[in-house]
Amino acid sequence: MASHESTFRPSTRAGKWLDERLPLTRMMHGQFVDFPTPRNINYLWTTGGLLVFFLGVQIATGVALAMHYIPSAADAFNSVEAIRRDVNYGWLLRNVHMVGASFFFLAAYIHIGRGLYYGSYKTPREILWILGVVIFLLMMATAFMGYSLPWGQMSFWAVTVITNLFSSIDSVIPGLGTRIVQWLWGGFSVSGTTLTRFYALHYLLPFVIAAVVGLHIWALHVAGQNNPTGIDIKSPAEAVPMTPYAVVKDIFALSVFVLLFAWFVFYLPDYLGHPDNYTEANPLSTPPHIVPEWYFLPYYAILRAIPNKLLGVIAMFSSILLLIFVPWLDTSRVRSAKYRPVYRVFFWMFVISVIALGYIGSKPPEGEYITWGRVFTAYYFLHLLVILPIVGVIETPKPLPRSISEAVLGERAKQSATAGGVS
Amino acid sequence: MASQTAEEPNRRDFIVIAAQAFATVGAAVALWPFIHQMNPDASTQALASTEVDISPVKPGQAITVLWRGKPVFIRNRTPEEVKAAKAVRLADLRDQAARNDALPDNARATDENRSKLGKENWLILIGICTHLGCIPKGQSMGDARGDYGGWFCPCHGSHYDTAGRIRQGPAPRNLEVPPYEFLSDTQIRIG
Repeated sequence: MASHESTFRPSTRAGKWLDERLPLTRMMHGQFVDFPTPRNINYLWTTGGLLVFFLGVQIATGVALAMHYIPSAADAFNSVEAIRRDVNYGWLLRNVHMVGASFFFLAAYIHIGRGLYYGSYKTPREILWILGVVIFLLMMATAFMGYSLPWGQMSFWAVTVITNLFSSIDSVIPGLGTRIVQWLWGGFSVSGTTLTRFYALHYLLPFVIAAVVGLHIWALHVAGQNNPTGIDIKSPAEAVPMTPYAVVKDIFALSVFVLLFAWFVFYLPDYLGHPDNYTEANPLSTPPHIVPEWYFLPYYAILRAIPNKLLGVIAMFSSILLLIFVPWLDTSRVRSAKYRPVYRVFFWMFVISVIALGYIGSKPPEGEYITWGRVFTAYYFLHLLVILPIVGVIETPKPLPRSISEAVLGERAKQSATAGGVS
Repeated sequence: MASQTAEEPNRRDFIVIAAQAFATVGAAVALWPFIHQMNPDASTQALASTEVDISPVKPGQAITVLWRGKPVFIRNRTPEEVKAAKAVRLADLRDQAARNDALPDNARATDENRSKLGKENWLILIGICTHLGCIPKGQSMGDARGDYGGWFCPCHGSHYDTAGRIRQGPAPRNLEVPPYEFLSDTQIRIG
């Protein structure tokens, strides 16, 4: 799909001059104006644009905040308070950056779910999918280090707990885990030294993300976009140019999403955070209940579900790393869950178990929460490792339409008959 | 002549391999300062010691002091707590090693090996949960002390007994005993 006729003709002499030397405008025109987009993509296909927008917002507000933030154990907490109270528009920049992280993850989770539902990881989009998992991991690392910067109680203890995950290596090679943890800390405990290096990396990683996003979009534009039917575009009539059609749809979806975002920024900036983080870090007292930010809760629940330290850590990391192998774990040749009645049921069970794990992750590790945490953790791995390969083999998919046009027109005919139907 | 033409590529091969090896080793060597700069530096490593006056700590009470940036628990155990710790059979312990810096690695986790002879009421431990580094509860009178009367880590639910040994929960090891000595009956030095 990447090979399409370009309508790009430089109109000015300067444009022509540049085009002969560096065809940058030609490339941008070909990839983001003329680029053929399937006619039938729905609003879930606007999440990619949303994510690009939020990456931009995080970098822009982050650079501004960095002009006022002081990465030292003595001053970090106070400098964040000064940003909120004294710096001109500091309250706005800080709220946008803080809530922006949450909405970035919200959009990413919808985007990943979209990919899992419509089989967007299947051939020829495996590299595209893997790059997405890499971006997700980088986002998690960036968000984790960013959360340490306000140097509140939750910041401090989240860093302590998460960096200590590496000490589990001690049970394989005694002493190595401790050395790694001390290397990360730059001392024998989390300290200002740790804060300063996390700040340096928190500034670096978003630009690494931007670079991998570039590769992700490149891979996307080689394979072309998937669509709700999962069928490839067969004739030029089944595609529309990206600009204005897809871009305007993206902008509309973005404005609705940003409305929700603005509501949180202006009215509920701390709703997704923890009050404990407005108490300055104290290495002598652990808050009674440590929880990570909401977007890490499912993985935190998996960590706690397993009563062995090393195995818990392995389970947590592999819950994400397994996603890399999904293109090969899913044995079905049909992409879209629309035509996969059995997989569709399991897909929603998977979504429910991830949400349930998120809920359990926010609760103290006692009683029934431990049992349910284990049940949903078991399903998470069962889904990826057992159900995905088996369902692909035993399931009889619904008959696939011959083309996107047939799928869309067929649906339209059905809708006019029943007046309403599935949205 | 034939041997000369065969010799020339060999010499070139040597230069190519030498250059590649030089670049590889050079890159590896240049990488080390960037890795090592993150390790604890000498000023951090300098093993500081802390002297503590333990006379105000009455039986049943505990204090927490800071040593090398880590909290150290000093608990004056009641005779019942000592008795309970001694009564535990080794086979019931999750971690059978003493984890005492003053003893060899293969020392067993008996109460004798966790405290000092003649000063068995004093228990001195690094107050960091061996799971993921939280500080267990149990130092203050009102704290939850877990099912075994020692400490309870609220983060992920590890229970320690009155000798600081792991009994239940995800933590893999007993709380560590730091190097310390009694300077007098009321004074100890940690480190």
